[in-house]
Amino acid sequence: MKVSLFVTCIVDQVFPQVGIAMAEVLERLGYEVDFPPAQTCCGQPAFNSGYPQEARTVARHFLDVFRDSEYIVVPSGSCTSMITHHYEEIFKDDSKQLEQAHRVAPRVWEFSRFLLEVAKAEDVGARYDGVVTYHDSCHALRELRIKSGPRRLLAKVQGLTLREMDVAEECCGFGGTFSIKFPEVSGAMARTKIESIKKTEASTVVSIDSSCLMQLQGVIDRAGLPIRTLHLAEVLASR
Amino acid sequence: MTGAPSETIKQTLDDPRLQLAIYTASGRLMDHRATAVGAGVLPEYQDLRTQANLIKKHTIENLDYYLEQLEANVVAHGGKVVFCRDGQEVADFVLGLAKKNGARLIVKSKSMTSEEIHFNERLEHHQLEAVETDLGEYILQLAHQRPYHIVAPALHMTRYDVADVFTKRLGIEKEVVPENQTKIARAVLREKFLEADIGVTGANFLIADSGAVVVVENEGNARLSSSTPKIHIAVAGIEKLIPRAQDLAVFLDLLGRSATGQPLTVYTSFLSGPRRGEEVDGPDEFYLVLLDNGRTKLLTDPEKRQSLYCIRCGACLNHCPVYRKIGGHNYPWVYSGPIGAIITPQFHDITENGWLPFASSLCGACAEVCPVKIEIPKLLLKLRSEVTEAKQRQGTGGLERLAFRMFAWVMAHPKIYLLGGRIGAILAPLVPPLGPLKKWASQRTLPRPAKQSFHQMWAARKRT
Repeated sequence: MKVSLFVTCIVDQVFPQVGIAMAEVLERLGYEVDFPPAQTCCGQPAFNSGYPQEARTVARHFLDVFRDSEYIVVPSGSCTSMITHHYEEIFKDDSKQLEQAHRVAPRVWEFSRFLLEVAKAEDVGARYDGVVTYHDSCHALRELRIKSGPRRLLAKVQGLTLREMDVAEECCGFGGTFSIKFPEVSGAMARTKIESIKKTEASTVVSIDSSCLMQLQGVIDRAGLPIRTLHLAEVLASR
Repeated sequence: MTGAPSETIKQTLDDPRLQLAIYTASGRLMDHRATAVGAGVLPEYQDLRTQANLIKKHTIENLDYYLEQLEANVVAHGGKVVFCRDGQEVADFVLGLAKKNGARLIVKSKSMTSEEIHFNERLEHHQLEAVETDLGEYILQLAHQRPYHIVAPALHMTRYDVADVFTKRLGIEKEVVPENQTKIARAVLREKFLEADIGVTGANFLIADSGAVVVVENEGNARLSSSTPKIHIAVAGIEKLIPRAQDLAVFLDLLGRSATGQPLTVYTSFLSGPRRGEEVDGPDEFYLVLLDNGRTKLLTDPEKRQSLYCIRCGACLNHCPVYRKIGGHNYPWVYSGPIGAIITPQFHDITENGWLPFASSLCGACAEVCPVKIEIPKLLLKLRSEVTEAKQRQGTGGLERLAFRMFAWVMAHPKIYLLGGRIGAILAPLVPPLGPLKKWASQRTLPRPAKQSFHQMWAARKRT
C-alpha cells in the first residue's frame, strides 16, 4: 500500500531527519512511501496571524498537490488539524474548494494515529535506551483528541521508560507568531514547562509536533540543560 | 493601533512573588474544578455543557422576547425595571434615586457588571459612598485596585499583602492570619450594612418566566446587601437572561463547579421584588437595572454573539497559560483572560484593543473548560483577521501584510520555496538574527536551518 508524506515546512527546512525517520518506520511496516515534491506548507502561519486570504492561497496549493493521494501522513498534530479542522473555515465561501477539502481531509493522518489506526501497529520494533517524558501538543490533544496513542507507541519501545511530567497538557508557549509577538510571555511559558520536565529527570522530551520541540529545545539550550528533544518518529525509527 | 502594555507585562513576569501567587492560586482553582466535574462525580457534565450552550443560544437569539417577559414579571412582583444604555445612565438613575431618598451610603456585593461601568467612581464624584462588601472586593477597594480575576478579585494578593493594606488603610496593627483578617473586615462591614440606605447587587441569572434575580455567593454579603437596606438595586447585563426557572438547574450545576469546584455556592438567593405584605425580610423598593453597554452591538453577528453566553465563571482564566503569566491587570478592561480577549475588542474599539486576540498561543484550554462552550479560539482567529483588516483600513501594519503576501506567494510556488529555503540555510549562520528572529533569540536559542532540506535528502535517498 502506498502512503504519501506531507512533511510540513518546518520539518522540511529545519528538522528533515524527522521526515526521514517517519519514512523509515512506514517502510519497515511494509508501506510504499511517496513524497509529492511540489508540497510546501499547510497555510497555518497566515491563518493564525489573521490573514485568511493568504492562508487560502497556500491551502489551495496543498489540496492541489495531494489531490490524488490515498493516505497522507503528517508528522504534526497542528498541521493535520489545520487541514482537517480549519480548511472548513478557510473555504466556507468557496464551494468548489470546500468540496475538495472535504474529499482530502479524511485521508490526512497524523503520524501516530496512522500507525495505530491504519497500520494497526503498536510495536514497530524500536529500541531507545533512556527515560523519556511526553509533551502533549495542544492541537493534537484538544482538536484531534490524541492523548494515549503516542504513549502506547512509546510503551512498546524496548529500553524506554516513560515518565509523565505533572503539566504534560500545558502549552509550551510556541503558538506560531505568538512566540515572536509576545516573546517574553512565550519564553516564560516554556520555562514553566521545562521545570516540570526537569522534575521527571528524563533525558529526552518526546512530542508529535516539531514546532513545540523547537521552542522547548531553544529554551533548554539557552539554559544549558542536558535534555534533548525528539520527535516520536525519531524514537520509533531508532533501533 | 494601541499595542500590548509590554512594560507592565515584563514587570509582572519579572516579579517572582507575583508569578508564584498567580500560578498557585489559578492552579488550585483548576484542580478543584477538575475534581468537581470528574466523571465519577458528575457523569452528565458534558451533556450539561451542551444543554447550557443550547439554552444560552436560544435565549440570546430571542433576547427581545425574554426581556419583555422578564420586565412584565418583575413589575408584577412590585419591582421596577430600568433599561440603561451605558454606565452614565446607570449612574444618573442611581443618583436620582439617592437624592429622592436622601441616601448617603450604598453597600454593594460583588458585581463585574458594576466594575465594568466604574460604578463606584461615578457615584463618588457626587458624595455618594459605595462600599464593597465581598471580602476580596473590599480589600481591593481599600487598595485602590481593580479586580485581578473575574471570580477571585484579589487572586494576586497574599495574606501579607492584605495585612499591609489593612494596616495602611484601617490604621490597625499588622494582622497576617486570614481568619483574623476576615473578622476585621466583617466588623467594619456589619456596621455598613446597618447604616446603608441602598443595597446594590449584580445578578448571575435573570429568570424570564418568574421575574427573579438569582445571585450566587459564598459570604452572605449579597443576601445582606439585597435585604437589609430599604432599597435594593440589582445591576445586570441583558445577557444574564435564561428563559425558565427550570433551566437554572443546568447552570447552577455548572457555575460553582467551573469557578471554584463547589457543587453549589454557599448561598443561592432568588430575589423577586420588594417585601410583600406579611413578609419580614426584604427591601421596600426593588429596581432591576438592565445594562446594554455594547451588548446589543454583538447581537448582529451570528458567530460572535456567542461571546454573550458567558456566565463569568472564570475557568478560562484559570486554565489560560497566558493569563497565568501576565495576570489580570495587564488586560485593558475589567474582564481579563481569554473571555476578556474576545469581548474587549468587541465591546470597545477593535483597533484600540487589537493586540488582545493575538495574546494567545491558541492552545484551546479555555474552550475545553468553558461551561457554556464558547468557541474562544475560533473567535480569537476571527478577531485576528478583523484586526488585520482594520489595520489595512487605517493604513498600518503594511510590513507584516507584505510578509504574509510573500509567504503565500512563495508557498504556492514550490521552486521558489525550495530556493528560498536553501538561501536562508546558507545565510543563517552568517548574519545576526534580525526582526522576528531577534525576538525569538531574546528568549531561546535559534534553530539552524538544516544543511539539506527533506526535499534534498529524499532526492538523494531515491538515487541510492
